[in-house]
Amino acid sequence: MKKVRVGAGLGFYGDSWHPVRASIERGGVQYIASDHLSELTLAILQKDRQKDPSAGYARDGLPMLLDLWPLAAKHGVKFILNAGGLNPQGAREAIARAFRDQGWKAAIATVGGDSVMERLDELRAAGEPLDHMDTGAALDTVRSRMLFANAYLGAQPIVRALEQGADIVLTGRVADAALSLAPLVHELGWRWDDWDRLAQGLTVGHLLECSGQGSGGNFGSAEEWARIPDYAHLGYPIAEVGADGAALFTKAPGTGGRISFDTLRQQILYEVHNPHAYFSPDVVLDMGTLKLDDQGGDRVRVTGATGAARPAKLKIVGGFHDGWMGTGMIGFSWPQAYAKCAKAAETIRTLVAERGWPVEETNVEYIGYDSLLGAQADPTHRDELNECFLRMTIRTRERKVADAFGRLFPWLGLSGPPYVGSMKGVQGAKELLGIWPTLAKRELIEPRVNIAVERI
Amino acid sequence: MRVPLWKIAHARSGDKADRADIGLFAFDAPTYAVLKREVTPERLAAHFRDMGAGPVELWPLDNLLAIKIVLNRALQGGAARSLRMDNLGKAVAARLLRMEIEAPADLPRLRAP
Repeated sequence: MKKVRVGAGLGFYGDSWHPVRASIERGGVQYIASDHLSELTLAILQKDRQKDPSAGYARDGLPMLLDLWPLAAKHGVKFILNAGGLNPQGAREAIARAFRDQGWKAAIATVGGDSVMERLDELRAAGEPLDHMDTGAALDTVRSRMLFANAYLGAQPIVRALEQGADIVLTGRVADAALSLAPLVHELGWRWDDWDRLAQGLTVGHLLECSGQGSGGNFGSAEEWARIPDYAHLGYPIAEVGADGAALFTKAPGTGGRISFDTLRQQILYEVHNPHAYFSPDVVLDMGTLKLDDQGGDRVRVTGATGAARPAKLKIVGGFHDGWMGTGMIGFSWPQAYAKCAKAAETIRTLVAERGWPVEETNVEYIGYDSLLGAQADPTHRDELNECFLRMTIRTRERKVADAFGRLFPWLGLSGPPYVGSMKGVQGAKELLGIWPTLAKRELIEPRVNIAVERI
Repeated sequence: MRVPLWKIAHARSGDKADRADIGLFAFDAPTYAVLKREVTPERLAAHFRDMGAGPVELWPLDNLLAIKIVLNRALQGGAARSLRMDNLGKAVAARLLRMEIEAPADLPRLRAP
């Protein structure tokens, strides 16, 4: 029976591609599926594009390919990556230019047409209100502040690019798991209404899309995390998938990390809402029928996914400007480190109130005490901490207030409580972004999807 | 006896728009039966009250010995507008592991090694 091996690439914009080398060299992979876009990464890329119209793509795609392509070409490995961001064509041009400089050959495809930012009114005229799908709020409440809006495309256009002989497929916004589902459909000849096989493929993509989290990284546990071997050389997960959809998860020999029932089931449920209806553009997956067979030796067989017909509508995620955040930080040593942080917070609150700044929300956290655990922080030793850092953040509509807020803090060094930690500079205003998930009929989106292949 | 979840289970959390979501995993089948009984939406809502979360949703998955938990409206509008240090909700699972439940003393993980 024919089998395909797909390996995980990046799990987010800025992730490391170095572990991918082992998957290519000794993991036997035929495809690398690399995810460079989190929900709001497109907001960063939109700012890049505003400064430079030829930008707007994830900038780690090119250095990753420059580092890995000679090895990948030698082993016949293809790359599917969503590093095209808001400008897949621009990404292709940059990569093609660099490849020509090196004298390398490759067929590089782009998949675009996912942006609906310029088409919001057209979609509404066609009968899609584009209300917020969780809160029901109307688009008009944020329309003028919207920065980007992109539909999540599925695996079909990627498959079409592979059919045209692409070695590298650069997409914009597609469902993360589609990056892996596409080569499975392409190689194994699955039909687009074979819901159970597509559901297996979606499971595979979901388990690969977060790189090291599928192989023992971020293994959320009180003690077991310390028994994950060799974090420094953690191998990214690899799936070997048969024509029947059965998937064997493993990683390259000699790498760190762990593939086991425990590490895989943590990733299966990661960032999932209803596990019995995990939506993608290509199929709806029920995780309740999955079977994980841990064979030992970093091998887990995954079978049993149940699929239901793909949804009639595609998900769109938009991002909108939603004010500014001001940040201030200052640390204190024992004695009474926590009490001194609290006094500093009280002092800053007084200064803000006296200035009459329009602050909508103030957030006070004590790093080293409760900044990650909140109300679940154990107060037993709060007053004997060796050291503690105050972190204060505010939400405001005014950028200059957010900037000025951070500048209140250095003064505390000479005029506040004693034994202050060193000041490491002032943080300026940070733009806050609201997220706008909504839905539109696929018929309104898919006709605009475009595929182009450039051979160099 | 009262047992904190970290002694008998493991967990990972993440974010999707304004939702924090957690997978809670029993180390073994007897513990899973206890988690299904003891980890209720009401108790979770009380435990995470300080996050200002909206309704809590929960799905048990017998095949994974797991409980999927979703805390709606728990991330101050989403990771990119949150003022929190943990804007992505990655440590929300650690908060959960501090929750205490009523459990029999003879669960496999609670027996002396």
